[in-house]
Amino acid sequence: MQNLWLIPALPFLGFLINGILGKKLPKMVINAVAVGSVVLSFLLVLNIWMSAGDLAANPIQQHYFTWIQSGEINIGWDYAVDKLTLIMLMVVTGIGSLIHIYATGYMAHEEGYYRFFAYLNLFMFFMLNLVLGGNYLLLFVGWEGVGLCSYLLIGFYFVKKSATTAGNKAFIVNRIGDFGFSLAMFLIVVNFGTLDFNKVFAAAPGKSTETLTAIALLLLLGAAGKSAQIPLYVWLPDAMEGPTPVSALIHAATMVTAGVYMCTRSAVIFTHAPVAMETVAIMGLATAVFAATIGLTQYDIKKVFAYSTVSQLGYMFLGVGVGAFSAGVWHLVTHAFFKALLFLGAGSVIHACHGEQDMRHMGGLRKYAPISMAVLACASLAIAGFPGTSGFFSKDAILTAAYAHAPWMFWVGVITAGMTAFYVWRAFWMTFWGEYRGHGHPHESPWSMLAPLVVLAFLSIAGGFLFNVPKILEGMFPLAEEVPGEATLMGISIAAGLAGIGVSYYMYVVNRKLPQQIADSLGGLYRLVYDKYRVDELYDATVVNPVIAGSRSLLWKVMDQGVIDGAVNGVGTEAQLAGGWLKMLQSGNIRSYATWVVLGAVALLVLIGVAEGVTR
Amino acid sequence: MPEALQALNNGVPISWYLILSAIIFALGVAGFLFRRNIITVFMCIELMLNAVNLSFVAFSNQHKQVAGHIFTFFVMVVAAAEAAVGLAIILTVFKNRETLNIDEINSLKN
Repeated sequence: MQNLWLIPALPFLGFLINGILGKKLPKMVINAVAVGSVVLSFLLVLNIWMSAGDLAANPIQQHYFTWIQSGEINIGWDYAVDKLTLIMLMVVTGIGSLIHIYATGYMAHEEGYYRFFAYLNLFMFFMLNLVLGGNYLLLFVGWEGVGLCSYLLIGFYFVKKSATTAGNKAFIVNRIGDFGFSLAMFLIVVNFGTLDFNKVFAAAPGKSTETLTAIALLLLLGAAGKSAQIPLYVWLPDAMEGPTPVSALIHAATMVTAGVYMCTRSAVIFTHAPVAMETVAIMGLATAVFAATIGLTQYDIKKVFAYSTVSQLGYMFLGVGVGAFSAGVWHLVTHAFFKALLFLGAGSVIHACHGEQDMRHMGGLRKYAPISMAVLACASLAIAGFPGTSGFFSKDAILTAAYAHAPWMFWVGVITAGMTAFYVWRAFWMTFWGEYRGHGHPHESPWSMLAPLVVLAFLSIAGGFLFNVPKILEGMFPLAEEVPGEATLMGISIAAGLAGIGVSYYMYVVNRKLPQQIADSLGGLYRLVYDKYRVDELYDATVVNPVIAGSRSLLWKVMDQGVIDGAVNGVGTEAQLAGGWLKMLQSGNIRSYATWVVLGAVALLVLIGVAEGVTR
Repeated sequence: MPEALQALNNGVPISWYLILSAIIFALGVAGFLFRRNIITVFMCIELMLNAVNLSFVAFSNQHKQVAGHIFTFFVMVVAAAEAAVGLAIILTVFKNRETLNIDEINSLKN
């Protein structure tokens, strides 16, 4: 019998040790605690993976204690592991371990070393809680917790104004999504009387489509916040202010996929709400295209990958939306491999260039950082969907399912795949080819950073074979339809990827004046895309500034200063006034006091006499 | 006054005691209110206490119950203690201020 609670408890212990004592501990101990706790969790998960047996028939369920008991609602602290959870656990702890190891090298010279690892361990705790939770509320605890850690880690360099602002933005935008999630939970409680996954999903087919659609759409709002989908994606690109390992772990591999996980977990609800499914697919597709176009124009290497993450998350939602849940999860897994690698590789490149993030000041790094180049090439091939790599399998599964659902979605997806290949390889050429355009001497990263990269590179290439997710998840979800001419579709998506790579090679290696010419000829359109469609400005104008102005003029000046302060101060003034009158009684003259006593006694006697007279 | 003598033969009626008690109490109150010397005021307090004692004893005798006596003893004990403390206070006040005029001792004013 496995003790599931140990899996999240270990990182939490690491958080406590590093968080409370970290300031006084030597770095070796901090490393051992932070990395060791996560690796131990990974080994526990691996043990389950090896020994669990048939999880589809009898998933592991463990009940620890009743958490909330109120009326008919009974919410327990339950952990459950089925195949979906197990895959997520593998991704979270596995990638988490690698990134922790990487971070010991990357963060070696940073201030607040222990603080960083304490937050990172806390994040692991909440993420594992999210994945293991056996009911919506426990999932929500993890959901909020990872949001908190995301906020803390984005704002890790808190002396930088832009970092704290980005942290705030991530937190506040996520509040909107969480609002939807909360409403969805309330609806579930009202309609089902429980939040337990098993009970809800068992009862869901019997409920009306309208109810399920409402729940699914509200859940989707939550997922859109956490997984950075239109219209709530704006926080993710800004989140790149955090240290690179954070970008890799939280904002690429694990936390942002929580929305996809949650929708997949709620597959029963979604499949019974066709309108919601269609919304998921369209939202995912729109986000995929939209973010990919922005990615084409960015120069900050982390921004490119950030928009790429948004775009790939859109792919996952497309998979979920067209009913190919296992394909969506498959892409989640492979994306975790290659996107974590892209970010960590970018971190290695940034490290090599002494903190430079602008690709215009990089270039020619293949001479200085050959291992970084090799691993980044693996990741770039995978994300471009090169045949045989992990990204190829998952992307192909999603696109095939999209074709079965609606051919136009397939075509949009293929175009996006082409753009994806283009911008990732554009970043690759700009970084490693040509001549070095920065300052100082670039250098290769230490082995503590490179070793995880090599492991991830292997997974990016071979992950598709190693983790055949649809096969593992067989029987959990309705099967995707067989599509005639699947080979043709596969060929088209491969061609799109190769074309993207080819065009980027031509534009950024062969004819390097071309990008500027294209940008000039497009003029305003190019600038619009370069400015990220000015969505931030739009949100500022329509939502942020009105809210700030309203808060300032109405809530602050009128409500707070006028009504609340007025009431409080008014009570004070009145009391003082009354006291001013009453203090006259306190003359200090004993005989006047005595007079009052006598008068009072007389008055009392008279009163009693009158009362006697009345009653008699 | 044959009726009065008659009444005396049958024991003094309770109303007489009560009237006497009320008169003494009123004298005490009047003295407390109108005299300025602390010692006099203090004596007036004793006067009021004893007026009350008188009515206690009178009622006790009337109802043939011992409770009134017990109350009286309590009042006497308290009065004795109060006299000790009160006189000590008066002495201290006089030492510090060289006056016993109650109107001048008003440092608790407003």
